[in-house]
Amino acid sequence: MQSLSPSQMVEPDRVHRLAYTSQEIFDREVENIFEKIWVYCGHESQVKKPGDYHTLQIGRQPMVMVRGKDIKVRVLYNRCPHRGVELCGNTHGNTGSNFVCSYHAWSFHLDGKIESIPLMKGYDGTRMTRDNPDCSMKAAARVDSYRGFVFASLSPTGPSLLDFLGEAKIAFDDMCDRSPEGEVEVVPTCHRVMQHSNWKFFMENQLDSLHPSVTHQSTGVAAGRIEKQMQAGGTTPPLYYHYLSTFASSFEQWDSVQTINFPRGHGVLKAYMGLRPQDPDTKAYEKLMEKAYGKEKMEEYLSRSIHHVLVYPYLSVQSPLQQLRCLRPLGPNKTLSEIWHFRLKGAPEAIYRRSLWYYNLVNSPATMINADDLENWTKGQWGLESTGSDWVSFHRDFGRDTIENGVTYSNKGTSEAVMRSQFKAWSEYMGGAK
Amino acid sequence: MAAAKKTRNPKGAKVAKVAASAKRKAAAKTPAGKNLKQNVVIRAGAETRRTGAQRIAPDHSPRAKVVAVKAPRTLAAAASTRGDLQRRVEQFLYAQSELLDNKYWQDYINLFAADGVYWMPVTTDQTEWEGSPSIFAEDKLLMQVRMGRITHPNAWSQAPMWATNHLVSNVVIEKETAKEIVVRSRFHMMELRRDNLRHFGGTYRHTLVRKGDSFAIKLQRVDMFNSQATYDYVLQIWV
Ligand code: FES
Ligand SMILES: [Fe+2]
Repeated sequence: MQSLSPSQMVEPDRVHRLAYTSQEIFDREVENIFEKIWVYCGHESQVKKPGDYHTLQIGRQPMVMVRGKDIKVRVLYNRCPHRGVELCGNTHGNTGSNFVCSYHAWSFHLDGKIESIPLMKGYDGTRMTRDNPDCSMKAAARVDSYRGFVFASLSPTGPSLLDFLGEAKIAFDDMCDRSPEGEVEVVPTCHRVMQHSNWKFFMENQLDSLHPSVTHQSTGVAAGRIEKQMQAGGTTPPLYYHYLSTFASSFEQWDSVQTINFPRGHGVLKAYMGLRPQDPDTKAYEKLMEKAYGKEKMEEYLSRSIHHVLVYPYLSVQSPLQQLRCLRPLGPNKTLSEIWHFRLKGAPEAIYRRSLWYYNLVNSPATMINADDLENWTKGQWGLESTGSDWVSFHRDFGRDTIENGVTYSNKGTSEAVMRSQFKAWSEYMGGAK
Repeated sequence: MAAAKKTRNPKGAKVAKVAASAKRKAAAKTPAGKNLKQNVVIRAGAETRRTGAQRIAPDHSPRAKVVAVKAPRTLAAAASTRGDLQRRVEQFLYAQSELLDNKYWQDYINLFAADGVYWMPVTTDQTEWEGSPSIFAEDKLLMQVRMGRITHPNAWSQAPMWATNHLVSNVVIEKETAKEIVVRSRFHMMELRRDNLRHFGGTYRHTLVRKGDSFAIKLQRVDMFNSQATYDYVLQIWV
């Protein structure tokens, strides 16, 4: 196979399969994208007390997000500067007032600065002195947060966090605005599921409106049946039946929604799942919201038409239901997904429980929805590893989207504008854009 | 667009059309991202064959046909009525495993009391089946949904070879009252999918109520010992 450059792999309406399968391309993605852009590390509420930490991976780098004694949240390389040994050995926990290495007991303050080294005299006269930065844990080049969501970039230069997020920051606004206090708090359970496919499958799938009624028909139909059975029996089915049964809506319904595709590959799938039934819980919640923001703002916040927001190339945020899925790409055909849920501060318990049903039914490791998505992505990966054909088709509604000021509005829900826009961003990144 | 004409949901189609043109107008006027006013509400799906792959290929299925078969009497009886309580609950647990491994889903659901719950929490310190993240949290109706999914002709991830094998042991009666019996046991489940084997293990805690000569499950709590580890693929059915 002759090698293609990333720019040769992407055409406006189709993409070469190697973009999903080549190790060489994956290595360049790590270097040009994941180890440069702003990567989501976690929510501030995951590390409440000094010493609380959470480990994560940025590109190939083992990182740790930690709360310092000064209350600041930092993101450090989770490795000892002496000979590289990992410092925090669990996914999360509290490291006390310092980090201590398991190999030769170098210890570090919570901001990463060297604290002490056994028999320090041994370094006298060498260049490994306490004031040498090589003696301390390295910090991510840049750390910033938006509405409590912490991001880090391993590149000292490049756009600010807000410039990177662009319009996709609506994901965090929409989530937080739904809280009468304007804030969310993490639910301390993370579901982790391994995908045996390239990260792009997931990102494309999140705004792919043609697939739900095909892929998830079995669950949508089964839930719809029970939903109707309950209605016929005179009971109001809990909202989660509706969450599930919409998956089997007609092609036409899904085609009537719209995707908005922003620069840098970010995007929104519009559509609204009817989260404002007129039951007492919703009414009580809306009252609190009105008290906090006034009627007009409350209406604006609660009637946003958002199904998913994508922060390309690794986050999928379902803000109306406070869910966040984060990808950690590990190889061309291996992607770890971390799935988090948040509570709206100050909102009634019933509102949390309502969105919890979605988290459990759609996003848990026993999901009745993603079971069939994962199957598609695995089989898709196999297919693209085959030389059966070199090109992946993104022709649907090509040339029929509305483009204004760099934003692409699909005029059909099922337009493959989403994938075209993502690959435009991809080739810009791979070509060295920041 | 022959397919579109065939839909018997003209009302829905009209709503969609109106919304689409309104949307185009909105898109032209408002700045990007501000254009998020609610305009399309996704409603529940209609009947089976009007959507999904069935609309294109009504009779195609990627998987072996599922014929609902009742479990043989020997299994469905679910427990020996003979012997002391220890022996009877053991027999009940063995029968439950057989129903699962032989895919008698309805018979398995029938083991549950009317208000029965199947629950797999994430951590062992969770005490309520509602109100915190769980891997499974299903009443009988939701169990019915899961069975409906897995038996649907287009449950795609059910196409590959798939089977489970349960072993149950270490059966201990924790509590016995006139109304309820709480039984703790250990399980080990092997699962075959395509050519891959997975292992799951953990603790069952059954809260049983007496039902005639046998029992009904009020709560089956399943604590997977590896519940916090990364899942390689998902659990499609009850463990
Ligand atoms: S490697 Fe950490 S102290 Fe030596
Ligand atoms: Fe899906």
